[in-house]
Order: sequence, then C-alpha cells, then structure tokens
Amino acid sequence: MAPAPSSTYSAITLNINGEKHTLTVDHRTTLLDALRERLDLTGTKKGCDQGQCGACTGMLDGRRTVSCLQLAVAAEGREVTTIEGVAEGERLHPVQQAFLDLDGYQCGYCTPGQICSAIAMIEEHAAGWPSAVTDDVRPDAPPSPLTAEEIRERMSGNLCRCGAYVSIVQAVAQAAGITTGTETVAGPHNEEAAA
Amino acid sequence: MREFGYERVFDISGAVATLDADPEARFLGGGTNLVDLMKTGVERPARLVDIRELPLDRIESTDDGGLRIGATVTNSDLAAHPEVRRRYPALTQAVLAGASGQLRNMATVGGNLLQRTRCGYFADVTQPCNKRAPGSGCPAIEGEHHNHAILGASGHCVAVHPSDMGVALTAFDAVVSYETTDGPGELPLAEFYLPVQDTPHRETALPPGALITSVTLPPGPVAANSRYRKVRERASYAFAIGSIAAAIDVRDGLVHEVRLAFGAVASRPWRARTAERILTGAPADAANFAAAADAELAAAEPLSRNGYKVTLMRNLVVAVLTELTEEAAR
Repeated sequence: MAPAPSSTYSAITLNINGEKHTLTVDHRTTLLDALRERLDLTGTKKGCDQGQCGACTGMLDGRRTVSCLQLAVAAEGREVTTIEGVAEGERLHPVQQAFLDLDGYQCGYCTPGQICSAIAMIEEHAAGWPSAVTDDVRPDAPPSPLTAEEIRERMSGNLCRCGAYVSIVQAVAQAAGITTGTETVAGPHNEEAAA
Repeated sequence: MREFGYERVFDISGAVATLDADPEARFLGGGTNLVDLMKTGVERPARLVDIRELPLDRIESTDDGGLRIGATVTNSDLAAHPEVRRRYPALTQAVLAGASGQLRNMATVGGNLLQRTRCGYFADVTQPCNKRAPGSGCPAIEGEHHNHAILGASGHCVAVHPSDMGVALTAFDAVVSYETTDGPGELPLAEFYLPVQDTPHRETALPPGALITSVTLPPGPVAANSRYRKVRERASYAFAIGSIAAAIDVRDGLVHEVRLAFGAVASRPWRARTAERILTGAPADAANFAAAADAELAAAEPLSRNGYKVTLMRNLVVAVLTELTEEAAR
C-alpha cells in the first residue's frame, strides 16, 4: 500500500504580539492572510502580495520581514510582531508619533508597513549594519550617520504610492534621534524636497 | 497554488532522506523566491521541507584563513558580519545591493544561489519558456529582452541569473558544499552552474535531492581591496542590468592579481577570466583595463535590444578597477 500523502494542513500556535493564537491552517496560508483573515489583525496590509511593496511588513523574532512571502506554518515558534503590537498601551511608539507629527503619509495604506520597517531599520542601523549607500563597509570604518540618503536606501523596500516619501524620511529621522540618539541629517522639508 | 505537505527537519541526514523519498518535495529556506513562484504556479511542490532549524546558520573562519558560510545564514547576517566586511568587502556590498531590508532578513545564502531567473516569460505560466517547460520555445529572443544575456546564452534560453551575492562569491572562488543520501560533496562555484546549451531547465550540477550545507571562501588577500558596483533602472531595490565584482592588487604599477566577475549578463555569474589573464602582470592603467574588458566582451552576442550591456560592462570594468587602483595607492 502506498504511503499516505502528507497532510496539507496543520494545527499551529502563533505567538503574535506576545499572545498565543492556536489555529488550523492550510499550508498555503501566508502569515499575512492568517493575520488578516483568521485573527482579525488587519493592521498589516496586503499590497502586491509578492514581496515587492512592503505594505505587509512586520517583525519576526525582532527583524522586519514581509508577511506575504512567509508561510504561516513556518512562523510557528517565532515571535511575530505586527503594527498592533508596537505601542505601549495608549502610548504610541516614537516612530508612530513621528509619522503623526510630520504627516508621514497621505492615504495611510502603506503606513503600518512603513512604521514596522522603520522601527526595525533604526535598530539595524544602531547595531552598525552598513547599507548599499554606506561609503566604507569595513568594520573599523567610522559608523555612518543616518542621513536622508541612508534612510531612503534602507527604507526602499516600502513603497508609497501617494509619494509621501519626503515626510516619511523626516519622520524616520526624528524617531531615530529620539529612540536611539542616532545622529541624523534630515534637514527641513524644503531641503529634503530639493535633494 | 497546489496543496502541499510541510515538515520541519532538525538534522541534515533527515533533510536529505526526506527529499530523497519524495521527488516532488522541495527545501524551504527563507521562501522569498520559492513561495512567490508557488503563488504563480511556476513551482508546484507536493511537500516543503523547512530547513531553517538546521544547524547551518553560522559563519566561521577556516583553518587556512578563509570563511565558511552556513547555507541558512541570512543575507542580512552575511552582509553585517565583521570578517566578511573586513576580508571580502565586495561580498557585503553585493548582498546589500540586492532586494530590500525585509527580504535580506528572510533570504538565505543557499537559496540565493538556487534562486530562479526573473525573466518575465519564465514567471508567466501562460507563455512558452524552455527553462520552465522544456521544448516550448523562448519568446525572449524575439521579444522583451533588454535585460537578458549577452554572454554564454543559447538559442534555447537567454535568461540571466539575478543574484548579486553570487557575483562576488564567483570572483572570490567560493566552493559550495552539499549533502546527499550518498554522502557529502563539493562544487567550485565556477562549476556549479551548468552551461545553457539546449537544457536551460537544468541549472546546476547539484545531484538530485542535494542540500547545500555551506559556501566556503578561500583566503584571498586581494579580496580586501574589492568593490561591487551595480547598475539598475532605479536607485535601489531593483535587479541589476549589469554589475561587477572586482578586486585588484597592484605592485609597482603592475597588476599582481586581479579578480573580475560580471552579473546580469549570463545564465550564471560570469567570471571574466580572459580579462584577468590579460591584466595580470600588465601596467594598471585605464587603457589596459579597457583592452582587457574588450577582450572579455569579444565573446558577447547581444540581442537586438540589449547591446548597451557590452558598453556598460566595459565602462564598469574601467571605472571600478581605476578607482580601486587609485584608492590603494593613497
């Protein structure tokens, strides 16, 4: 007798924003669809659904990832953080507050992904990770400040179809200065627009 | 998407045994390419074997002074590693030039080498494609091919390999280690990708069911003076239309050692050995850099709308080798 085909669904437990959720998923379910369609965590947005726009960005084990290319079943055992989990109670995360203060959006659809991406990106930069626009990637080179150029490059995985990039760069720079004391060089709006 | 089974493996022998028992199974690393291709129906595995828990996530120095990179190391961890940045800076630059911060946090080194071409005909299951459906034809040759191959292609397929990381690894003579149910094996990256010929669907020399376990960089002092430069249609988060990994060691004005590899010009990262041979021992100046590039690119067979790549690659060789030579002289 031929071996039974392997099951195409599994009962899994996801750890999301510190809470455990048990559900049965078809293996084809992405983390994005599990969050939105099964767990009512609709803050994470579906844009392209093919890893190109960043609207579905959240964190896995503290690192930013796109949830549209992450199978839910493969996220079991990992810490999932979504936009619903970044504030402390009623107190917004500094990146959220900076987006509000500086109008880092227009329609708001890409905003949860932008904010999750920025939170993790600021930590990546503070940890000394270079980027594609870092002049000298050698480990003994002086750390590069989080310039507008660095922010644009590091945030290039998050598209904004309204084109709110000028304010997004400002908001990320402000938040980086608050959360990590990071030296930032974002300048006023008009300089940004001219850059 | 086809329904599929899923299981996690925790040891290497279990991983290769599982794949050996099911020819329709595939390994799942970061999934950034495989899951995308499953959504479009290009890939239709019956089972995914998740290898993220395997003990292959470390970067360690080898006894001879090289680096061994585990297959499940993420692109982000590879790019940020101090020894990679110190000893092989072009590798860090290449990885950082690829994809986005989110995708680099997911994608793995083994998966990077095995990612599929981004040729639009390959990705569209309604179109013919000899790589996806052998014998069905190659619409790119007469169609949309401005970003297709100028070197090493065939009348059966003109797709390019999309990896940035692989270009730097090729320049630095990386060796791929793998495991099978019959035991381990090794393939220099120069022999890892098969020539296109009339079998574009056969992409690597890995045995069926093999699991990449690591990629080893041999010691190469020349690599410390290296650079990756990528040209693309927008400033960030796009595949290359041409790229170069270069390293050079100039002594008394003469090229003591040089490494050159090209990206986005062939079905595999293209090691420019003809150019390296011509340059070794020659005066390190722009005229010789150009002559060496011309000799390498003499084999180019551009299509009707990608001839710009010949000029682009020539200019990249001259520019990057000139910069590296001048900076090292300071």
